[in-house]
Amino acid sequence: MTESTSFPPRVERIAEEAEPGSLRGTLLGIGRYLRRNPQLVFGLILLLALIAFTTLGRLFVDVTEARPLAGPASQPPSSEFPLGTDPQGRNILAVMIEGSYLTIRTGVVAGLIGIVFGSAVGFVAGYYGGWADRIITWVVDVLLTVPAILFLVIISAMLQTGLTSLGMALIIALLAWRRPARQVRSQILVMREAGYVEMAKLSGSGGLSIIFREIAPNLMPYLISSFIVAVAAAILASVGLEAMGLGPQNEPTLGMTIYWIMQFSAFLLGLWWWILPPVLILIVLFVGLYLLNAGLDELANPRLRRRT
Amino acid sequence: MYLQRILKRILTLLAVIWAAATLNFFLPQLAPKNPITEKLTQLAETSGVDGNRIAELTEAFNARFGLDRPLWERYFDYLGDIATFDFGLSIASYPARVGDLIGAALPWTIGLMVTTTLISFAIGTLVGAYAAWRRDSVLMQAVSSVLMVFSAIPFYLIGLVLIYFLAAKAGWFPISGGYSIFSIPGWNWSFAVEVFHHSILPALSIAIASIGIWAIGMRGMMVTVQGEDYMTFAKAKGLTPRRIFLRYGLRNAILPQVTTLALFFGQVVTGAVLVEIVFGYPGMGNLLLESITLFDYPTIYGIVFILIVTIAVSMLLVDLIYPLIDPRVRT
Repeated sequence: MTESTSFPPRVERIAEEAEPGSLRGTLLGIGRYLRRNPQLVFGLILLLALIAFTTLGRLFVDVTEARPLAGPASQPPSSEFPLGTDPQGRNILAVMIEGSYLTIRTGVVAGLIGIVFGSAVGFVAGYYGGWADRIITWVVDVLLTVPAILFLVIISAMLQTGLTSLGMALIIALLAWRRPARQVRSQILVMREAGYVEMAKLSGSGGLSIIFREIAPNLMPYLISSFIVAVAAAILASVGLEAMGLGPQNEPTLGMTIYWIMQFSAFLLGLWWWILPPVLILIVLFVGLYLLNAGLDELANPRLRRRT
Repeated sequence: MYLQRILKRILTLLAVIWAAATLNFFLPQLAPKNPITEKLTQLAETSGVDGNRIAELTEAFNARFGLDRPLWERYFDYLGDIATFDFGLSIASYPARVGDLIGAALPWTIGLMVTTTLISFAIGTLVGAYAAWRRDSVLMQAVSSVLMVFSAIPFYLIGLVLIYFLAAKAGWFPISGGYSIFSIPGWNWSFAVEVFHHSILPALSIAIASIGIWAIGMRGMMVTVQGEDYMTFAKAKGLTPRRIFLRYGLRNAILPQVTTLALFFGQVVTGAVLVEIVFGYPGMGNLLLESITLFDYPTIYGIVFILIVTIAVSMLLVDLIYPLIDPRVRT
């Protein structure tokens, strides 16, 4: 209600401030849109802050101190170790900087593989249909019933010794394609029947040209959103596996830090400075990804706008 | 139509269980080394278990998996065992059977999950519906944003924050365990109180995030329902807002929530497993952590299999119950 009454003055203001189509007008438009989509803004702020922490942080802190015996054991925060050290003598600030990077990298690598393989599978199912579609849909449905982490527990338990964080990303990627595959398939099904695809076919465009010039650009928003969901799911799975002790034993990822916190009974020993940083960083990461996805959803799916 | 759907669902359920069992069987075969003999010798080297027991164990496992017989024969034997929930012997707590270990842990997990799911479903649904009903109120908008943020956080991270502030700092709750290590489990009043006291924080960490999940879903549904013609009609008839909210709005919007329940079972189960690990709660999660630390592969496979069956069966149950509460899908 308030939206519709305040709308006309806003249009006038755009007209006053900048020519439509000019760079300034576009920027103003983006600014106005961001003001209406606070989720996107907050999500971006949280994630960019985290990325800045892990990239700029390593300029000021020596991340090689994220290994055991880099300092004295179980020291509370001091000027030398701003977040203290853990019982194995890791500099916790260095662990956080390196760990955020490793954990985000695990998610991005697994998410990228998942989205590439998933959209290929989903594309085949949606575009060609028939038996391929039926089999793929059924397999994806069956695999989606079970949380990935349960299958992954078995796989990483087999490979437990000598696992690296990149190896872990590859293991998680084994199941990261399911959701993107389903989403791409359903979008392709809609687009295959769309008027502009029909037009392209009638005007004699070949299969590849239709795929890359007509379908791919329209698929982009969904792919980006799928990618963010896949990254969040991969990070969730990796941190969960690591908390169970199925992660890279020699790398200071955030999940491994959680595992060590519990293995060393940090709560009983009263090592307060060790517990909150990884938990807070993970919360910022998950909330940031969630808000970014919700914000992008609103951007790609304007019908949601009226709802909220 | 209804019957066909049920048959299809049961078929999918069987496929899921079969896929899980097959994976459990073939993955160890693909591994470069036999994990069982590998770990048994490692055990002998490090912990000084006497050789006779190791030989006995290895023999038991060789007989169990019949390593001299062809693969397909062993595979069908394995499927037969799985169908009767026989997972063989545990390595870590030999000679206990994996089935017995799981039997002792499962009630804790199910108890924790069922109570928290019911409580958070009820609270979340009501809060979500009310947030949609009073969409213009600043308070409800703030509540929605907070719930949305909570819904994105994994249960066990909330658990760690709760342990930090309420157990370790304030000392109101125990830091870990399902009951005090000094007491003997039994069916008496003081033990029940103790179990309840220990379960509050694990339950709370699951509930806080799940309430958010339910509330967000319900809010969206309620907003859609509010645009329906029968809502306008109910208002025009002059019904009380309370009656419109409960009988016209909530009742129609709640149905898709039940379908969401099926989708969230997997998340709740894995979430609860990790919460148990964080709290040292004596359920499946803790058993899983112990088996992973001690390389107890038969127990790991048993737990994963049981969890997969639990999720698949609960999803099937929701699918079967849904037509009973929503007459529209029965046709």
